[in-house]
Amino acid sequence: MFDWQPVLLSFKISAIALVFVVVIGTLIAYLVVRGPFRFPGKDLIETLVTLPLVLPPVVTGFTLLLLFGRQGPLGRLLNNVFHTQIVFTPCAAVVAALVVSLPLMYQSAKAAFQTVDRHLEDVARTLKASETKVFLTITLPLAWPGLLSGIILSFSRALGEFGATAMVAGNIPGKTQTIPVAIFFASESNDLRTAGFYVLIISAVTFIMVFGVNYWSRRKMQRLNGRG
Amino acid sequence: MKMNKRMTRTIAIFLMVGLLVLGTMTIFAASPVELNVSAAASLKDVLMDIQKLYEVKQPGVKINFNFGSSGKLQTQIEQGAPADLFISAAAKQMDALDKENLIVKKSRKDILTNQLTLIVPKDSTLNIKDFKDLTREDVKQIGCGAPESVPAGQYAQDVFKFMNITDVVKGKLVFGTDVRAVLTYVETGNVDAGIVYKTDALISDKIKIVATAPEGSHEPIVYPAALLTNAAQPKAAAKFYSYLTSSDGKKLFEKYGFSVKK
Repeated sequence: MFDWQPVLLSFKISAIALVFVVVIGTLIAYLVVRGPFRFPGKDLIETLVTLPLVLPPVVTGFTLLLLFGRQGPLGRLLNNVFHTQIVFTPCAAVVAALVVSLPLMYQSAKAAFQTVDRHLEDVARTLKASETKVFLTITLPLAWPGLLSGIILSFSRALGEFGATAMVAGNIPGKTQTIPVAIFFASESNDLRTAGFYVLIISAVTFIMVFGVNYWSRRKMQRLNGRG
Repeated sequence: MKMNKRMTRTIAIFLMVGLLVLGTMTIFAASPVELNVSAAASLKDVLMDIQKLYEVKQPGVKINFNFGSSGKLQTQIEQGAPADLFISAAAKQMDALDKENLIVKKSRKDILTNQLTLIVPKDSTLNIKDFKDLTREDVKQIGCGAPESVPAGQYAQDVFKFMNITDVVKGKLVFGTDVRAVLTYVETGNVDAGIVYKTDALISDKIKIVATAPEGSHEPIVYPAALLTNAAQPKAAAKFYSYLTSSDGKKLFEKYGFSVKK
């Protein structure tokens, strides 16, 4: 009876955004915390990545629209080189979700890497482990709980993204109409039943995810402390 | 040391509570006669103009406009948003409020009519000439109001049905939150074409009108207005309402391309 399309679409868009968010967020966080050199503009990059967390999403949306719109610099580039546009397409929804959820991944990853004891990495290095091996066998497993909560948080954020999405991706049923956009339009057109249904779904999903990760990390902490 | 910390904390809490109280007081601060008018987005420019003249004529009155899609405004009024006068872009929303006894029945009147136009960005190279051209493959995205809440979107659906092109254009529609959002989509070139009222098209120089929906292709576009039962300023609202329908008001509406009823 209810239209499940917005639900599926939200999950699809958030999942695609998540892939980029995890890779980019982890990478930047790792470079900032463990970077072998103090690269210039480190603070600037950090600020830029974190900004969408505190900026109103419409500001993010506005900026994206200016950049990716048909008259914007990136929009023109895409149009001239690839003959496509991304405004009002699912791709724009992915970009919006990516930008707003990246700060959460970045912050979690940064905190996670900071808690990893450098000495353990150094020990591995004295045993002739390569940098990749150190990262994969020491840093990553130790930072994993923080990274996981970053993944869950940024996925939940992406799922709930509305302001920027509505601006750059618009409202196209089946293409860019995600759960929050559907909620907004349903409640605007006085269809409170449909709006309420989507509200329930997204609330339940995010509740379960955030509850799960909190529960899991508390258990993990208890285990670690118990052992220590 | 410990004492100090506690004191700082107490002071901080007091400061915060104080700020909250102050903030709340500012919000509820009293002011002169304020009129809340909820009006369809397409009326924005003309009403702003009328407001300027009216506030000079009636210095004690301040008019607050709430522009949006008629559907959104209807929901807001139902949820108790402050409003003294409502001007909708379609009968449907007014009918709904009428049924719920939220409008003063005898004050309801169709005051304006409008037309529906097809517009394209000024620098468009797609050579769109008519509604039928929207079915062409090189026309990828068409802006129009969300039919459930934006009357201009409802009328557009009527036209698609009339022209028998609903199925072809369905996948190309980008729904705007109100008719002005659609205008912006076209102005910025982010959609290939859009459907807005003639009056919206006339205020923009970044678009061109390529077609007007023929008479009979959609429900007649009428703007009903009515005073609201829960109006905080019923007298001031009635006065403003009668100004809108006076010859002064008429002139301005006509200047913006509306046709005035009777």
